[in-house]
Parts: sequence; structure tokens; C-alpha cells
Amino acid sequence: MPKRTDLKRVLVIGSGPIVIGQACEFDYSGTQACKALRAEGLEVVLVNSNPATIMTDPEMADRTYVEPLTPDLVEAVIAKERPDCLLPTVGGQTALNLSVALAERGVLARHGVRLIGASIDAIKVAEDRLLFRNAMRDIGIEVPRSGLARSLDEALALAEDVGFPAIVRPSFTLGGVGGGIAYNVEEFREAAGRGLDLSPVHEILVEESVIGWKEFELEVMRDAADNFVVICSIENVDPMGVHTGDSITVAPALTLTDKEYQRMRDMARRIIRRVGVETGGSNIQFAVDPGNGRVVAIEMNPRVSRSSALASKATGFPIAKIAAKLALGYHLDEIPNDITRLTPASFEPTIDYIVVKFPRWNFEKFPQADRTLTTQMKSVGEAMAIGRTFKEAFLKAVRSLELGKFGSLFPAGPEDTADEAEDESALRRRLVVPNDRRMWALFRALRRGWSVEALHELTRIDPWFLRQFADIEALRKVAALGEFRDMSPELLRTLKRTGFSDGDIAAVHGVGEELVRQRRLEQGLVPAYKRIDTCAAEFESFTPYLYGTYEQACEADPTAKRKVVILGSGPNRIGQGIEFDYCCCHAVFGFREEGFETVMVNCNPETVSTDYDTSDRLYFEPLTFEDVMAIIERERQGVGGAGADVACVVQFGGQTPLKLALALQEAGVEILGTSPDSIDLAEDRQRFSQLLWDLGVPQPASGTAISRGEARQAAERIGYPVVVRPSYVLGGRGMAIVFDAGALDRYMTGAVDVSHDRPVLIDRFLEDAFEFDVDAVADLTGAVVIAGVMEHIEQAGIHSGDSSCVVPPFMVAERHLATIRDYTRRIARALKVVGLMNVQYALKDEVVYVLEVNPRSSRTVPYIAKATGVPLAKVAARISSGRTLAELGLVEDLEVHGVFVKSPVFPFVRFPGVDTILGPEMKSTGEVMGGAENFGAAFGKAMMGAGQRLPVEGRVFISVNNSDKQTVLPVARDLAQLGFTLTATRGTAAFLRAHGIDVEVVYKVNEGRPNVADHLVNRTIALVINTPLGRDSFFDDRAVRRAATMAQVPCITTLTGASAAVAAIKALRAETLTVRSLQDYYAGVETGA
Amino acid sequence: MNAILALEDGTWYRGVAAGAQGERSGEVVFNTSMTGYQEVLTDPSYAGQIVTMTAPLIGNYGVAAGDAESQAPQVAGFVMREESPLSSNWRADGTLRDYLVRHHVVAIADIDTRALTRVLRSAGVMRGVMATGQVDPDELVAKARAVPKMEGSDLVRGVTCARAYRWRERASAEGDAAHAEFGMPPCRRASRRLRVAAYDFGVKWNILRRLDAYGCDVQVFPAATPARELLAIEPDGIFLSNGPGDPAALHYAIDNVRQLVAAGRPLFGICLGHQILGLAVGGETFKLKFGHRGANHPVKDLDSGKVEITSQNHGFAVNPDSLPADVRVTHLNLYDGTVEGFRHTTRPVFSVQYHPEASPGPHDADYLFQQFLESMEER
Repeated sequence: MPKRTDLKRVLVIGSGPIVIGQACEFDYSGTQACKALRAEGLEVVLVNSNPATIMTDPEMADRTYVEPLTPDLVEAVIAKERPDCLLPTVGGQTALNLSVALAERGVLARHGVRLIGASIDAIKVAEDRLLFRNAMRDIGIEVPRSGLARSLDEALALAEDVGFPAIVRPSFTLGGVGGGIAYNVEEFREAAGRGLDLSPVHEILVEESVIGWKEFELEVMRDAADNFVVICSIENVDPMGVHTGDSITVAPALTLTDKEYQRMRDMARRIIRRVGVETGGSNIQFAVDPGNGRVVAIEMNPRVSRSSALASKATGFPIAKIAAKLALGYHLDEIPNDITRLTPASFEPTIDYIVVKFPRWNFEKFPQADRTLTTQMKSVGEAMAIGRTFKEAFLKAVRSLELGKFGSLFPAGPEDTADEAEDESALRRRLVVPNDRRMWALFRALRRGWSVEALHELTRIDPWFLRQFADIEALRKVAALGEFRDMSPELLRTLKRTGFSDGDIAAVHGVGEELVRQRRLEQGLVPAYKRIDTCAAEFESFTPYLYGTYEQACEADPTAKRKVVILGSGPNRIGQGIEFDYCCCHAVFGFREEGFETVMVNCNPETVSTDYDTSDRLYFEPLTFEDVMAIIERERQGVGGAGADVACVVQFGGQTPLKLALALQEAGVEILGTSPDSIDLAEDRQRFSQLLWDLGVPQPASGTAISRGEARQAAERIGYPVVVRPSYVLGGRGMAIVFDAGALDRYMTGAVDVSHDRPVLIDRFLEDAFEFDVDAVADLTGAVVIAGVMEHIEQAGIHSGDSSCVVPPFMVAERHLATIRDYTRRIARALKVVGLMNVQYALKDEVVYVLEVNPRSSRTVPYIAKATGVPLAKVAARISSGRTLAELGLVEDLEVHGVFVKSPVFPFVRFPGVDTILGPEMKSTGEVMGGAENFGAAFGKAMMGAGQRLPVEGRVFISVNNSDKQTVLPVARDLAQLGFTLTATRGTAAFLRAHGIDVEVVYKVNEGRPNVADHLVNRTIALVINTPLGRDSFFDDRAVRRAATMAQVPCITTLTGASAAVAAIKALRAETLTVRSLQDYYAGVETGA
Repeated sequence: MNAILALEDGTWYRGVAAGAQGERSGEVVFNTSMTGYQEVLTDPSYAGQIVTMTAPLIGNYGVAAGDAESQAPQVAGFVMREESPLSSNWRADGTLRDYLVRHHVVAIADIDTRALTRVLRSAGVMRGVMATGQVDPDELVAKARAVPKMEGSDLVRGVTCARAYRWRERASAEGDAAHAEFGMPPCRRASRRLRVAAYDFGVKWNILRRLDAYGCDVQVFPAATPARELLAIEPDGIFLSNGPGDPAALHYAIDNVRQLVAAGRPLFGICLGHQILGLAVGGETFKLKFGHRGANHPVKDLDSGKVEITSQNHGFAVNPDSLPADVRVTHLNLYDGTVEGFRHTTRPVFSVQYHPEASPGPHDADYLFQQFLESMEER
């Protein structure tokens, strides 16, 4: 059947801010869907609160709303835009839940909007665990024994039935939030209570444990004619019990016979039919008892997902794009396969390589977090690697993680004796209890000679995988014999074919990586590049989507064109996320406009940059010097070795490519844009201080230290408090504010990695200063355009990535802004910046200080691009290729029409026990933007988008430290005037009463009951203002913040944040929030026009 | 141990021996199925062929008695990227390596199978020789050029059964019945006892298992059995099996099938059986460049408009333009538009080029057995 003709205008809902369990894979799928829908002639109306997405670029949709994903505001969009249909399946759980809410409130019916892609009934059967279980029973498919509970008593009764361990799964939450495994009644009470709290419908499923069973996923698609295909099978290396997002996974499934696989495929077909997903993709998870092959269905997602993004990248089959077309009525056989061109999409991809996905955790950011992996996802990103064998793909995946010195599975050198210190029972525990470092423990156990059987007993990992790991270790042992210079060519070839990096081989012998590289090149051992073609070479591929492997025949077929290699940002981490992938995509767009052939290198399967559609050529490879250099050398060969110009650009992908810049330059690679030396200058404290000194730009007193003694000296010279941090980090990793010598000693002896090359940086901490971020673009001629001065809403001391900020700045004198602009231009010129630059400033006591300069793309680039309507990163790419700002028509600093607030989103709800207090180390995973005519409404929208429901009435709890008491007065007064009831602990209450403010007194947590935490749990407090900043926080504060987080009550920890919240509350009470598309903002159209 | 695979075009690949030792020759083909290597090894249609698996890791789940498609491996040789040293599956009764050695299958691993596949895709299937030990590649190339071509050769005689048998008796004697249903959901049984006379041109056991599962009592006949002997058992239906080689060389089979079509009994053919039927009704067959071998080929049912994902293994195809007016093409391959099935317009006779019995591959086309059942029940 051809396309439906009744659909003209479609609403697409995005997934909102990046959170654990919902990351940039939904930008990838949403962008694909938008492109596909527009290509079919539909008008696309898009809503997504996340500005750091390609999908919210104004060119991607006809009407783009960066607005909070709440039913009210989306209804406002619907009322204004009158779409005739809604595609709910490309924006993750967020879009699905929101679509259900819109349907249930009658919004869709009221405005005549039809759902396409999935019906409400299908969504409910898939999402509601009881309906799903019953549906599976109808079609004779087993599920684990289970029952639903709406109270703790019901839950306890069920636990008795299913036995321990028991699994708790809250209904309708994302990425398993609030879920868990309970091994006894006590744990069960806690897990069930938490799950009931966190489920939006206060319901949990209590389920029989299938922990230790083999876990599989099928990515399937179905069209309106009931045609059904499996796009990809995925096997989890970590058996059941670890969330699939936290599992190492492999595609295709490797340990199923054809009979077992086809049986699972048949089940998947019955499931998608029964659930009623008429068109589109679904993800279905199964568990298989390794002892007898019994199969149970675990769950099904009636939408594109993280796994479908992985499956798309793993096979070359664009699931989201095809799903969008199927939703329009096309059948699979009416859609061509982009890669082979001649064959249709109605087939099942077959692959002739192995794909391994390895999750990336960020526990180092949350030292108090429990690192045990359970059914609730904890990883923040992932790396994917492709090889011809499992071993090769696995080793490539490990090096793609960029874990630095913690990354290698092997000893640090022949002399490394660290293993010996670990006692056996500790090692055993690290294998039995799944955790983020289990794979490293497993390799240590293999080095001790533990057998595959023993390891299987401990880990339940399938013996097939364990044997692969054992083979890797056995080969490493062979490689370690004798001297490196005596290593035979055959052995070196075997090592490379198995996936060992030059660095791995070098470490075995304690020699330099360069030596291995030389030997390898002398031997002519270079990777061949194979194509990902959906069909195992049965047909010709027209899409250069490539991976490297040590094989005979290379299919890279480089062109003779002038090309630029764009280095991506690698796996998502806190501090290095979607913003940099956004910039990399724009770099592609910019260089393409300048006539370059664009070559993308990245290893993050969630991203838009690794869509084969984005760049001209895509290499899915680790971002290490070895892997990148090999690609550049291959591309340089041109056609038949005739040669081609290859340059490289490193300023868009965040810290990952920057780490490679100097090495690439030394290897003779031309780096476009700002020179690596300038980048280094900005990172090098001493050189940079000298530069600022010469420019006459103030910066806080600073010093460096590589020892405790040096640190104390420096701190005394500078004066406490000081900010301390390691050099060369992103996202404030390891950064702290230190108030005295004792704390400084602890910091210096703590976990920080210090060396002569990498000293600890010590800066004066400017207490109570205001901070600003500036993004600017500079060109070869020294012209500088300032894209925006963003004022932080929180005071200094909170990492810029964790601070809300606003453009235009709202509380700063024009003369300071002029100073900031002036300094920015001077610094850009002095650093000879060609491209993007980000500068952080602090304003204290009427003095503007420079805190940090990064001559590269920053986290705020996409936000400022959305606010101004100028695609900054793309501009920077064109500038890097030699254009001037004037040529691009950019001569004035950019302005915004309206007020745009960016607010961060935090993962605290997933890490029970972790303090939610903010500091200099970045902890947020994502951000949202709120836009409006005034600051209050914009901030209110940003808070709303970030999931913080600012109350318009109710009770506010205030508890501030002594130094903040004076400043909290106006906030308290405003709140009282707005009709809020104030409540405070004794100290704060006495102070407020003394100043004539009426306030209730409430017990602190340790004073008695009911205390403030009880009120939070009972939801009789609607807002918390709690400022512990400045001194060591008390346990009581932590308990309050924690309780607030779990009860989803907004908890504001800074006073500037509190006054911003008051402004927002005023706006929320005074006006109905309206929505406005980016296109209208840029055109200056009035709200509601 | 060293091993080499040499092709008639002069290219050769050095790898390691992964099965029995020795030298084997045949037509080199590739199969793109990601699972089911044991079913491939034991499929008699691969007689005379050296099969390259494009899936890079082979042997992971070992071998299991219930996964065999005939008594022993049938391939002339086997080519892999990496062989698994360990079998991991609850159904496994041994490793692939032991199985290959026990059954004298010469196999090679550690070669760039994707490069080989691309060569076969571009140049078409080729004759080749593989040998283990210290061998001279040039000598092997010369031998490859001397291998008889597939066209015109009758490979069926080498794989058909020696004498007629009842599948039910044989299955229970072989212990096959115990595994037969694994993975395939039970299906509807015939409304009455149906007797099927099947020509064994190299039949895959799963076809017989499926017919049995649908309630048919299958009597299997050697390929050269005269048609009247089949008719003598008063069958409710006739079945023409899959098998190896060039259908046009099988004059005796074509003649017999012509008589059976004329007899008016319900008749169902699969793969080689489909090609023989095509020839029997007056059509022609031709050799495809590199054939269809895999488990992901989309086939469109022209009556329902639905697409089936099918299991395929064939090097020859029926030319649609050569078919007479009373034969209607019912199924097309969506990759290259070749004929995947046809039906006689006036007689209960139909056939498909692909493998509804799957094994390996998806079960999408299992409904064809039911259609056969219905045509027999209607009679």
C-alpha cells in the first residue's frame, strides 16, 4: 500500500534532557524520523526541551518548539499548530508517556490528532506489566511468575509467592528507575517502598528472579500488511540481573542454535502482533535458562530505543527512519535499503562481523554511590566497537571507553605486581556481585589461572564468552615471553588480528607504543576497512560506513577529494555528552558547504554523528591515536594510491579529540582551525597566566603543585578558600573547593593522579562571585563575534555545566559586560583562535576575572545557537576552513529575541545515598532550555523542563547557613507575600521571626518526629531552600536534600537560585505560559500571533 | 596446520585447517545465514560444493543430533573466518571440530571470508580446491580448473536413498523423532490419514519432519524410481524434494514428474523439486551468477501481497518466460525478481524455490505445508 494521503502535519515529541537511560539515541532516532517525514512531504511540528539536539535545529522541522515536555505545554503547541497526527514512538519513554497522558486527558480527541506508529492500547499492553503478562498468557508465551502490587502489604504477599531473590519493577518508569533485586525481606521492603513511590501510577511488579539466565533482545519491525522482520539479535554477555543498558552486549546473538533462535523469532512475531504494534519497531527481551533452553519473555518496548539505535548502527539498517515511513502507511517492501539501493527494506540484515557494546559509567563522580549493577540502569553512555571476531570487537570496545590508566585489562607492564595484593575472597566477590569493574576483575582472575568453569560458577557468564576472554589472556601470556625485539612477525600479526592495540602490546613488554607502531608498519601490518552493508557482502554497498580490522582486503576505496577528518566525542560521560556530538555534526555540515569531503570518526552508537547519513564517510572506530592515524593514512592514499589531501579537526568533539591533537600534529597531520599549540597554551597554567598578565586581564591568584608541601605553600600564598583540580580534565573531574590546610592535604593524598606533566592546579575561590560563560567565534583575520554572554544563576563554586544560566544576562551592569566582551576579543586574538572559544568569567567586588579559557567548542554552544538562531558550530567549521566572519555575514555580536534559560538535569534519583549538593565537579547528565519574554517565565519553563515542579502555593522549607541568613530575607518575604507558608528549623526560624516574617518551626531530622524528612515524604512541603555551601555539609542537610529528591520536591541549594525561583513562581502565578517556536523567535513574531 | 583454498581464477587463500585433513574440490559458494551451520553442513543440496559461511564465528554452540538434516555432512568442504574452540549449548553433544573430523570434512578457517565472498559475488561462483598441509597454491589452482563444472552434472544419484522407506519408521529408528519438534510450534494435523509419496533428490529431514507434523505418512522413494511405483501406493499427494546440482541433467526425474502431474494428484515441490517441476511442465532453468544461499531472502507472495523472509539454497532458477500459459508465477524474490514459486492453474500442483521447512532460517513459509495438506484433503 502506498503512503496514506490523509496525513499532512505531524507532531513529533522528543525525549527531553539527557538522563541515565535516555540519552542521545533519541536525538538520533528523532532526527531520522523528522528527516524521513519531511522527505515524504509532511510538515513536521517538533517539541523537545533539549536544545543540545540536532532534531531541534530549526532546519529539521517546519516548526520547532523547545518547550517543557508537559501535557499542558504540548497541548498549547497542538492548539497552535493543529497537527493531524502524532508520532509518539521516537522520543523514548518520555514521548510515549506524554502521548498517553495527552490521549487520556482528551487532548488528542479534542484537537483531532491521531496517533500513528503505536496505538494507546498497544502502548498500554506493552507498558502495563499486568496487561503484558496476561497478553503473553493468551498467546502461550511464558513470562516469569509475577504479580502487581499497589501497596507494601500486597507486595509482601507476592514476594512470598515468587520467593527470593525477587525482582521489583515499578510500572511506567524509565530505564528501570526504582527497580531492584531483593535477596531478603528487609531489602524487599525497601525496594518495594521505593518502587511504589517512584512509579507514576504507584504500582510495582514483583517478579520471579531469572538472575543468571542468558539474556537476549530482538529488534523487530512490523508494517501495516503484517510483514515482520528481525533487524538484529543482541546477546547480553552479562546474564539476567544486570540492566541491559549496564550490560556488555554483543550482536548478533552468538550462543543460540538456529532452532532456538527461530523459536525466539516466532515468539517475537506473536508478541508484536498480540501487543498490537501495527507499524514500526519494537524491542523484545527474552531470558533463556542455560540448563534447558526454557524461554521467558521479559518485556517489550513498542518504540525505538537505545537498543534499536545500537541495532541500527550494528547493522546499517536505519530503524527509526523506516519506522517513520511505516507509520505513514508504507510497507517494508516499498522502501528501498539505502545501503544496497537495489534491494528493499523487507529483509533481515545479516552481518559478517561482531559488534560489542560496552557501557560507560561515571561512578567516580558519585563516590558514595553503590557500584553494584542491578535492574536499574546506572551507566551514562556506551562505546560500540566492530571487529571480525568477538575478541577483536571486545578489545576495541574496551579501548574506546577512554578510561585512561584504568582502562587496560592487562598489567601496566612486565613489572606490574598490583594483582598480587588482592586477596582471593575480595576478587571472588568482585566477580560474584556485578559491578562496573567486573571485567577487569575477570581478567585478573584469568591471570591467576582461574578456570572457565570456576569463572562461570562465579559470574554465570556463558562459558563461550569466558573462553574468548581466556584465549585473549593466553595470547597475552605468549606475547610476554622473550623480548619485544624478538617477537615474530606471525605473533605480532596474531596479536593485531586478535584486537590488541599497539599500546597493549607495548605495555606487555614495557616498551614505548611508538616502537610497536614502527615494527608494525615495517611489517606492513595496517588495518583493512570493511563495509557495514546489511547483507554480508551479498550485494554491493553504496554507503562508505566502515570499520577497521586486520584482514586481507580493504574496501575503504578512498576518493581523491580534499577531505577533513572530524574526530567525534566518544562515549557519553558527564561533562562530555551530546553537546559535543551536536557540534561534530555541525562541523560536518559546515565543511561540506565548504566543499570538503567529510570523514567522521566516532565510537558512540547513540549519536547522530554515527548515522551513515550524516557525513560523507563514516569510520566506526575507537578514538585513539593508533586508530585515527590509520584512518588518516588510508584516506591519504586517495584513488589507487594517487594521494589525497587530508586535514583533521579537533575542536568540536570536546576533550576526546583534544587529547590527540598534539600527537596528530607531530605525526604531520594538518589540524584545521585553532592550532594545537594554542589549545595547549590555554590548558597550560603557567603559559596561560603569563598570557593574561601580558594582556592585562585579571585572573584569580593561582599556582600549581605536585606535592602536599607545594600545595600548602601555594594555598597560603593565594589565601583560602581555594579551588583545586587536576590538569586536563573536562566536567570538573576531581575538582574541589578547599577551605583549610587539612582538607588540602586530604585532597593531595586522595584519588587524584598527579605528575610533573600533570600538576594539581590551585586557584583562589571567589566566594559569592557571579559567573558568566561566553561563547565566541574568531577568524584568521582576528575578527571576533561574541555569540552570547550567559549569566550563571548559581554563584561561583558550582560547575558551569551544573549551573542554570540565562541569555541575555539579567543582573549585571553594562560596563562589566563591556569588559567581558573586550577581554574575550583580546584573548581570542592573543590565542590566535580560529573557530570557537569559550571563556568563563567571575565578577566579584566590581572586578571581572577570567577563570578559564577553552579555545574549542563548549557545552553551551548548542544552547546559544538555539537562542540566537545562528548555527555557531557550523560557522566555526567554515571559519576553520579559511572563511572569514565577514564573508559569512557575521560582523556584529549576536543578539537574542526573548530570554532563554538553560537548566541542568541530575541523575541523583538513581544513586540512593549520594548527596545532591552541587559543587565544582559536574554531576548533571543533560540540560533543558526554557524560552519566554521575561526571566521569570523562562526560568519557570526551564525548571519545568528539568522535571522540577515549582509550586505556586503550599509550604516552603527554608534552612540556610549563617552567612546566607541576611540574604535569604527578601526571598522569604516574597514567598510569604505570595501566600506560601514558611517553615524552618529553629535557627533559621528565629532569625526570620526576628525580622518580622511569620514562620513555622519544624524538627531537624535528628531532633525528633515528625521532622522535615517526614513532611517531605508526606508531600506536605512543596519547595526546599537549603544552602549548605561554604562549609562541610551536615548529615541533616544531606538527609533533607535526599528526601526532597526522592519525593521529587524541588530543592534549591543556592540563594541566587532561590531568588530566580521566586521570580519564576511569580511568573507562573501571574500568567499562563505560552509557547513559541524557534522559527517565530528568530522572525520576531509576537507570542500568540 | 596450514591449509589453502584455491580458485579457478588463480586467487588463493591461506588459512588453518579446521577439520579433517586432505584435499577436496567443488564449486565454491557462500551462505549468509548467521545461525544453522550444522543444518547447512548436512543439507544434501550442498553436495559437490565448498561452502563459505559469511558469519564470522562458527561452531559456538557445537553440534546436536537433532539439528542434522541428513545422516552426515554433505558439503565438499567448509570455509570459516574463526572456528570456536568450545561449544556452549545445553543441546550440544560435541564440538564442531570433532564432528568435521569424524565425518572427514575438510575445513579451513582464519581466512578473509568477506574478501572471498566479494570475489564470488562479482565473478560468480567458481570451482575450487582446498587442501591441508604443505601444498603448492599454484598446483591447487591448476586442479581447480580441472574440476568438472556443476552445469550438466547429476549430483542427485550421490545423495538419494538406496531404497524406499517410511519416514516415521526411520525417524524413530534414528531417534530423530525425539528432537523433531524443537523450535517449531505444533501445527494442525491432517483431518484424515494422508499418504505422501516423496521423491528423494537429496531431501532435508526437516521437510519430512514437517510433513509428519502435519499428520502425513511419508513414503520416501529413490530419485530414479519410476512414477508408477509412487502411484502404486495410492498416495494422497506427491512431494518433490530439494537436492543438489543442475536440474536439467535429471532427464529421468523430469519424465517421471511429467507423468505424475498428468496423474492429477496434489503435488508439491521444493527447491530442486520446483526446478524439476518447472522443466516437466515445459519450462527452462538457468544458472544464477552466485545463487541464493542464506536465511534472509525476501519473497513476495503475489496473491496475498505479503513478504516472507525465507531460507534459500539454490544455484539454478526457473525462467518465468519459459513457463506455459497454464502455469502462474505465485512468488517472486524481492532481491532480484527471480521466480520463487508457481502454481498450475488447472491442477493441484505447486512448488517453491525456497525452503518452507527452514532449518536453518525463519518459519514464515510454513503455511505452504498447510496448503499442500488442504489440497490433499480436498481431493
